[in-house]
Amino acid sequence: MIEMTPLERVLCTLGHREPDRVPFFLLLTMHGARELGVGIREYYHSPELVVEAQLRLRKRYGHDCLYGFLYAAVESEAWGGETAFREDGPPNAAAPCITAIASIPGLAPPRIEGAPGLMRVLAVLAGLKARSQGSVPIIGTVMSPFSLPVLQLGFENYLELIYLHRELFWELMRLNTEFCVAWANAQLAAGANAICYFDPLSSPEITPASDYLQLGGAVARATLPRIKGPTATHLASGRVGTLLDQVAGTGTAAIGVSAREDLAELKAALAGRLAILGNLNGLEMGGWSPREAELQVRRAIAAGAPGGGFILADNHGEIPWQVPETVLEAISETVRRYGSYPIAKEVSPDA
Amino acid sequence: MPSCPLETGELINLLVAALLELDRNAARDCFQRSALVPLAFAETVLAPALERVGTGWERGEVALSQVYMSGRISEELLDEILPPQQLPDTSHPAMAVAVLDDFHPLGKRIVSSVVRASGFRLADYGLIGVDDLVRRAQNDGIRILLVSTLMLPAALRVRELKECLDRDLPGTRLVVGGAPFRLHPDLWWEVGADGTSATASGVVPLLRRLIAELP
Repeated sequence: MIEMTPLERVLCTLGHREPDRVPFFLLLTMHGARELGVGIREYYHSPELVVEAQLRLRKRYGHDCLYGFLYAAVESEAWGGETAFREDGPPNAAAPCITAIASIPGLAPPRIEGAPGLMRVLAVLAGLKARSQGSVPIIGTVMSPFSLPVLQLGFENYLELIYLHRELFWELMRLNTEFCVAWANAQLAAGANAICYFDPLSSPEITPASDYLQLGGAVARATLPRIKGPTATHLASGRVGTLLDQVAGTGTAAIGVSAREDLAELKAALAGRLAILGNLNGLEMGGWSPREAELQVRRAIAAGAPGGGFILADNHGEIPWQVPETVLEAISETVRRYGSYPIAKEVSPDA
Repeated sequence: MPSCPLETGELINLLVAALLELDRNAARDCFQRSALVPLAFAETVLAPALERVGTGWERGEVALSQVYMSGRISEELLDEILPPQQLPDTSHPAMAVAVLDDFHPLGKRIVSSVVRASGFRLADYGLIGVDDLVRRAQNDGIRILLVSTLMLPAALRVRELKECLDRDLPGTRLVVGGAPFRLHPDLWWEVGADGTSATASGVVPLLRRLIAELP
């Protein structure tokens, strides 16, 4: 088979056909700082550094995307929140930016051009588009309107808002939906080819599956059709469980699944309706040997790749800082060695 | 006409249903229909009900939001029927709970609810770093320390915490929990902790074991 470009490979698999080989996304963020020998805080404040590092990392590992994600709290910053930076892990949202739920009706979605963090993301996407010449998919990201309040309010306050103050909850969903749609479309306009819609709160591990259609699913159905490009829903390590059909009904093209779910079972259940992104265990990855990485990749390919509709990736949407380069190299090498279509039976180490 | 007191098993079933439905009134009714004194109700009905909710989460049958809200309702009920000042004198070693190096206390809150509903007293150190945590534990003579983490870097700092505890407060047992330990089941012993539990309800039997093993 003629070698495809990364974009062709990904589009082919999203169409539930088999490309030349299994596409793989190394969703690397902080490793860019290490690649360039700068601190994490400095790195995230320079779109030029992020663009340069994304291109270098892709050159080194040969994966099939460029990642425009900086850190989740960039969105809560736009709403007035602060971010705590550290030098051995991802920046984290500090204290909640909405301190009283009674203030929700008086809030307005932030303007993107007035938020320096969001503007840095747009500069990254524009830089990646300018330097990648259109052959590599560029992934933008949003927090779902349903999941963003964990950063805006804190987890406890948000759960109480959902279950004890339903009117205010829906008011916040209205505001967050407007913000999310504008933010996603700004990223697509800047250079992203697709949007990863992070929605961990919708996992049945966090909110009951029976509530999905009334809560996270209702919000997704109101949000995703207004995003002017393809989307992938990602539950950020959360299980999708019994929600497959409902998530497929939101109009998303792919789903990021948990390392604790059976890829082969998910693939059979989805039957060509959604592509799967996953599901290497990012937390365990830091302790893998190259041999263990090879075995994990081969198992994932054997279970998820036949028939297309599969992108190999970690299960969380961000590879931890602690994962060594030797493991990333082993993942890359294994995909090249065992990921060509048609997938051979001996790819599975358990065969 | 007052209804007959219900059997313990039936009470637990009713209370679990009330907690999962977030029905505070139904939860309170369970106590009123039990004919038990508050402490006996907490130990024989409330704690097992929370344990069942936690087990449901482990099995994927119950969501974290239900676990959290069940804990909140239970805490409110417990405060109502058995105010903290009426709790019997503690007869177990000093214990404390904290969130290490993070801003998000949900896991700590859930664990606190379940552990307190099971009759243990627990000092709450809130959101804290390694040095302050060791200092406070030392001041309070803590023998069992429960630490909740949300992100991997904080989970990895448990190794440093354990070293400091071994140096400054030897013999203190360290129990860890939170997403990194659930998603990476071997991580707890890799960082030197003495135990972990995938659920808040599982912490209670773990505490009983650690207490029994303390010198």
